[in-house]
Amino acid sequence: MNDVRQLARRVEGGDLSAVARAISFVVDERPGSEELASELYRRSSSVHKVGLAGPPGSGKSTLTGRLISYWRGQGLKVGVLAVDPSSPVSGGAFLGDRLRIQDHAGDPGVYIRSLATRGRVGGLTPTIFGAIHVLEAAGFQKIIVETVGIGQDEVEVAHAADTVLYVVTPGLGDEIQALKAGIMEIGDIFVVNKADLQGKDKAVADLRRALAIGAEASPADGWAAPVLATSALTGEGIAALGEMIERHRDHLDSSGQRSRRLKDQLRAEVSLYLARRISRSVEKRLTERHLSALVERKTDPVTLGQELLEARGAA
Amino acid sequence: MVEEAASPYRILIAKPGLDGHDRGAKVIVRALRDAGFEVIYTGIRQTPEMIARAALQEDVDAVGLSLLSGAHMTLFPRIAAILKEEGLGDILIFGGGIIPDEDFPLLRKKGIDRVFGPGTSLRSIVDYLKEALASRKKAADGNKKTRKAQEGAKAAK
Repeated sequence: MNDVRQLARRVEGGDLSAVARAISFVVDERPGSEELASELYRRSSSVHKVGLAGPPGSGKSTLTGRLISYWRGQGLKVGVLAVDPSSPVSGGAFLGDRLRIQDHAGDPGVYIRSLATRGRVGGLTPTIFGAIHVLEAAGFQKIIVETVGIGQDEVEVAHAADTVLYVVTPGLGDEIQALKAGIMEIGDIFVVNKADLQGKDKAVADLRRALAIGAEASPADGWAAPVLATSALTGEGIAALGEMIERHRDHLDSSGQRSRRLKDQLRAEVSLYLARRISRSVEKRLTERHLSALVERKTDPVTLGQELLEARGAA
Repeated sequence: MVEEAASPYRILIAKPGLDGHDRGAKVIVRALRDAGFEVIYTGIRQTPEMIARAALQEDVDAVGLSLLSGAHMTLFPRIAAILKEEGLGDILIFGGGIIPDEDFPLLRKKGIDRVFGPGTSLRSIVDYLKEALASRKKAADGNKKTRKAQEGAKAAK
């Protein structure tokens, strides 16, 4: 048996060091990672994935810790992928989510992995799907995907999770903020966290109002996104949130939305893979001579781009 | 266009023991991030077991330990021993804090690859890590190649 297959078998056995190694394989796209990804994908099945989005400091990581406890209480194995931004300057990153999820350090039913965005915008890392498939293969029963926390443009999480929680705190703005396009459209459940702070009721009311405006015009999938208040600090509202997450999952199943979402996720995964592969192989052909020709206006970026694409097709 | 750069090295910065003075650890975190490393910080008051588990789950290349309470002679070797037990003996371990020079040799013997005393420049820590991790990676890749070559030779027979 080769190394990659052996690693795949250990992942399927739930060996956490193999899980860690396999995730490195796929996110670094090391040699053999494609074989590994295919081995793992074909032999596993899809798991309920919960995404956490929302502005920095809204308490996503602490809330993640609470959700882990909630599901551990039900005997479920929980895998967490926590994404933080890479520096566009140095390429380095400070991955600080783990710091807030300490209670489960010794629990073998919990796996937490910090990932860096490595140059991608949209709140997720390009190879997040591969990492998700590793956790699926390892037998985790709930997967939490925690995004960067950049705010309004974090819509990508909708392509990686089945149930998206959008986490805000009191005092973040009125219903106008909530009406802005983007993130507010992809939340399945809205969470006003830090309910121990002042202004919780107003924040909940503002959000509810914003979500209700014109809601009847949007395509009905039969789910009106609820607004819940939690305090990750005290644990208030966590059980209700946990139940709401299950209710959403049931809704996905009964409405047929689940397979629709799964297909959207897979489409995003394939298209990201294609984009990476094609741009890499085409960009290799871009030479200094091409750039000089562009500077001298002998050609233009679009024509050159077309030529490079065609040259690739011919090769 | 930049060719695919190698993935950044991943480093866990951990604070074992009971002292809560983590300014030094945070300075290191910042310096390493700015030097292009992916850095995970555990926070204060971690047991050796918690640190080893985080290193395992995060699949890091190096673990940096910061300690100011004087318990380094107990805790550092304990962490090195647990990592080894867990099959993570290839992780580089370095440490810093209030650690007297005379403790360096024994720590080294107990599996701490490098200790940085008070007054060390950030530059020298970054340079050390870049160099040490690159040479480890090279050695690991070399081993893999030799093994493959040996297997190939075996198969040819």
